[in-house]
Amino acid sequence: MRPFKYSNASDAATAIGIVSANPTAKFLGGGTNLVDLMKEDVMRPTELVGVTRLKYAKIEKKVDGVSIGATATNSFTANHELIREKYPLLSMAILAGASAQIRNMATNGGNLNQRTRCTYFYDVSMPCNKREPGTGCGALHGENKNHAIFGWSEECVATYPSDMAVALAALDAVVHVEGTNNTKRSVQFANFHRLPGDHPENDNNLKHGELVTSIHLPVNQFADKSYYLKIRERSSYAFALISVAAALVTDGNTIKEVRIALGGVAHKPWRASIAEHWLIGKQATEANFKAAAAAELKNAKPLQHNKYKVGLAAKAITRALEGAMQGGVYGAMEADSTTTNNN
Amino acid sequence: MSETGKPISRIDGRMKVSGKATYSAENNFPNIAYAFPVRATIAKGRIVSIDDAVIQKEPGVIAVISYKNAFKLKPLDMQAQAKAGAAFLGENLPPLQDNVVHYPGQFIAVIVAETYEQARTAAYKLKIGYTSEKGAVDLKTELPNSEKPKMFMGEEAQVNDGKAAAPLAAASHKVEHTYSTPVEHHHPMEPHATVAVWEGTDKLTLYDATQGVGFTGSIAAYFLGLQKENVRVIAPFVGGGFGSKGLWLHTLLVAMAAKAVGRPVKLALTRQMMQTNVGHRASTIQRVALGTDAVGQLGVVRHHTGTYNNLTQFFEPSGKQSLVLYQAPQREVTYNVAHLDRSAPTFMRAPGETPGTFALESAMDEMAYQLKVDPIEFRIKNHTTKDPVKGHDFSSEFLLDCYRIGAEHFGWSSRSMEPRQKRHGKYLVGYGMATATYPGGRSAASVKVNMNAKGDVTVMTASIDIGTGTYTVLAQTAADALGVPVNRIDVKIGDSSFPPAPLAGGSQTTASIHPAALDACVLLRKELTALAIADPNSKLNGRNPDDIDHADGKLFVKGDNSKSDTYLNILSRAKRSEIEACATTLPISGAGLTIPSALCTPSQTPPEQNSDVKQYAFHSFGAQFAEVWVDEDFGTIRVKRFTSVQDVGRIMNEKTARSQVIGGVIFGIGAALMEATEYDKRWGNPVTRTLADYHVPVHLDVPPIDVHFIGKPDPHISPIGARGIGEIGITGVSAAIANAVFNATGKRLRDLPLTPEKFFDV
Repeated sequence: MRPFKYSNASDAATAIGIVSANPTAKFLGGGTNLVDLMKEDVMRPTELVGVTRLKYAKIEKKVDGVSIGATATNSFTANHELIREKYPLLSMAILAGASAQIRNMATNGGNLNQRTRCTYFYDVSMPCNKREPGTGCGALHGENKNHAIFGWSEECVATYPSDMAVALAALDAVVHVEGTNNTKRSVQFANFHRLPGDHPENDNNLKHGELVTSIHLPVNQFADKSYYLKIRERSSYAFALISVAAALVTDGNTIKEVRIALGGVAHKPWRASIAEHWLIGKQATEANFKAAAAAELKNAKPLQHNKYKVGLAAKAITRALEGAMQGGVYGAMEADSTTTNNN
Repeated sequence: MSETGKPISRIDGRMKVSGKATYSAENNFPNIAYAFPVRATIAKGRIVSIDDAVIQKEPGVIAVISYKNAFKLKPLDMQAQAKAGAAFLGENLPPLQDNVVHYPGQFIAVIVAETYEQARTAAYKLKIGYTSEKGAVDLKTELPNSEKPKMFMGEEAQVNDGKAAAPLAAASHKVEHTYSTPVEHHHPMEPHATVAVWEGTDKLTLYDATQGVGFTGSIAAYFLGLQKENVRVIAPFVGGGFGSKGLWLHTLLVAMAAKAVGRPVKLALTRQMMQTNVGHRASTIQRVALGTDAVGQLGVVRHHTGTYNNLTQFFEPSGKQSLVLYQAPQREVTYNVAHLDRSAPTFMRAPGETPGTFALESAMDEMAYQLKVDPIEFRIKNHTTKDPVKGHDFSSEFLLDCYRIGAEHFGWSSRSMEPRQKRHGKYLVGYGMATATYPGGRSAASVKVNMNAKGDVTVMTASIDIGTGTYTVLAQTAADALGVPVNRIDVKIGDSSFPPAPLAGGSQTTASIHPAALDACVLLRKELTALAIADPNSKLNGRNPDDIDHADGKLFVKGDNSKSDTYLNILSRAKRSEIEACATTLPISGAGLTIPSALCTPSQTPPEQNSDVKQYAFHSFGAQFAEVWVDEDFGTIRVKRFTSVQDVGRIMNEKTARSQVIGGVIFGIGAALMEATEYDKRWGNPVTRTLADYHVPVHLDVPPIDVHFIGKPDPHISPIGARGIGEIGITGVSAAIANAVFNATGKRLRDLPLTPEKFFDV
């Protein structure tokens, strides 16, 4: 990798100050993605500021929900009592991602800032608008079996790789961000990541130098009926072909509230709002789940090699909703023990 | 008490888990420099510019080496190379000799710098200008322009071309389908790495992650223009090879770099380079046709393979098992080989049989279903005890026992022939089986055994342990042959200065080096016996050597062990500080892949026990059984348990043997369900570039694997009776799994790997 300057910040203002002042500086969390990208010459920051010593590692109960710190590790978060009890969907999603070793290093803030795993992005000898704007999208007419079926543009068909983010999208999380001069703002999770449009080089709506400090999880009633389903090419340690975060609140068998978010289908976690809307007030039956999924997938635009994702996503939505109705411990899924609830 | 066969743990295991085993990249020297290769970013064309002058000024850079200034290697010359034992250069492309680009990722320059990071950074910054042509990058597109090679590794490649058509047309039952397999990569845990240290201009030591120190030494010597004995290759520990650790271009590159800068140089490949620069298993498109009579007797087997190569004579020989299995009077096995502008394919664990058994054993299952006969019954009915093409008896063959034992342990009788009969929750459950086979190869080998005055024994041979257990089983053989405990035996391998042994490939190491180890131990004992008999102070004085036996560190008179003499006393009275013997065993079938340069005492093995391929066909056999669970909604397939029964001759160590089979089965699960390297069809770059994209099984993909051995010594391969075991474990696995998927779902999947999207294509 190319030489870079490194410091370890002890307070946020210093970290933000350094990164803001240098357009090629980056925050460094667990380094599980950024360092790989630097080794492969995909990202070439001239300066890294370590943020893992900042005081944002707590998971705390608040009056209106739970706040999870940006520098808390994925492992700590997934296994935290508050998260397991009140947001099992998030716990399941995090544990469905990466490996134990990676989750032990990876931070929550870093998870939201990780880059796509599109191979054209990683191979510097191939075109990629995300890596090098203006060079074209290698995947659009290339090997795009793993790519987007929603919200892509001619400029970029990459998907967002995080599992955690899919759950956060379903949970309507709010991201707390700090900028220079102690400016703080909150970003609704739906607005945190972005679709590629004409600027696929931007994965999210953070300004350069803005630091994620915490993620707020609003109070909800989903804990009893939520499920994270991940379909992948092997039992563990693979990115999702399709993943679904599903959560329900029912009155009897009538759906009062429902959240569905998809991973592996778009440049950002994809809220299936058409399916959600369709289900409100309906009975929680397999037939209705299927109809809702079909309504959502009607708008899918598959590429040459990922047409399978459309049917797979429909089935996955149905199964995830069924899993949620069964309280997240879904007997039929036991062959994939990593995706069952640890409770 | 015999040590051979005991399931003892690896004698080198403690060193490995405690970090004391030194691997190639861990060798350090004062003043060492680091090399990082620069790779081509086009599929085909020429280099027109290299801005080396700019990069030369980068921090730490010592040299920028390209075709403009590289050391001139000896050019390719197949006859001269064969003579020098240097035929198998991984890729027929001595590096940096001209400006031609043959494939994406080709090494086109190398940066040498003070640190690894400086070399890597400079390599990234080096700007290369090309003139580029469109490359041939897709097998399907190129197959119509392919050739029918006459030979494969000295054997006729096209067997009975065209002869199957008539009997197939006349067959009562016929199945004919196309089966395809993808490009696969070996990905041993230890990436390839080499440290080159020159002594003057004519002596070179290579610390190289290789499967053959002698093999690598001969090839390096040839191309660098050195005397073979002046190239020493050292590899005491190698973290897996699977066929990828022959001599690839980086080993020559680092030797060239070290020569250029006059310092020791280290070069370690990245995982991304391992996806291009150290070989792969080529994809295949196989067409298999079977024909039987009205009662299910096979009359004809036809197996055609379409594949490709580049910069090598090698191509994936996936018809091999179709020349060996089953009793069918007519068989036709042919190949079409296309040219692709892709790096060279090479040997990968069970080359040929891995993709080939998928096709043949899937077709056998399809035929069994057509005939409505149990797949095992169908195989038993068509079993052969002779090589069906050459007509020789198999040297030792217990395949029917493999089927029977496997069926019992697996519980085959509870399988319903009709698909879709068994469910577990959302899952459809299916059982499948397949035959496994791999040749029983053996090559010439030499082993030296030394005993010192304390009775400690050292066994030396230029063999390799690529994780297979070579150290351990050699100690066991020597322990029995000398009557010395295993813990008094030090095994020294992985150094080309030891007596020559074949490379660790083709599952031949055990079969080759143990006869030599046995002979060397016998010679050592003979010399000890002679000393004792001649010594008036020995209780064995004047005895006939034929009356002397050995055990527990001593010689004694057969039937009267009160008349004995210890090795220590014999040596001490003879005032010998050590005693040494070296033996070479040369099978009747010929030297094999390595020609021993220094013959030790030639072996007196009786012809009947000496691998006579004109008398016998040497093959191992096995039976593989899989239970799969299929989630039809998602197309996800999980192997829930696996039974493997292997007939591989004598088992030298029950534990390391079992590990070999378990490893093979896991490799096979990977091949069946997930492993595939895909390439961009415009530019030819691999799009599965790392172990994040190239999926191999994780723990959760690996079910309980139940392994059984027949364990009957092969009386004709050698006095030891062991055939190799490294490769057969993978063969038949993907067919057993695909056949189980059919039994579960009624869907016949003929295109590996069986990833979810394939399930929806059918």
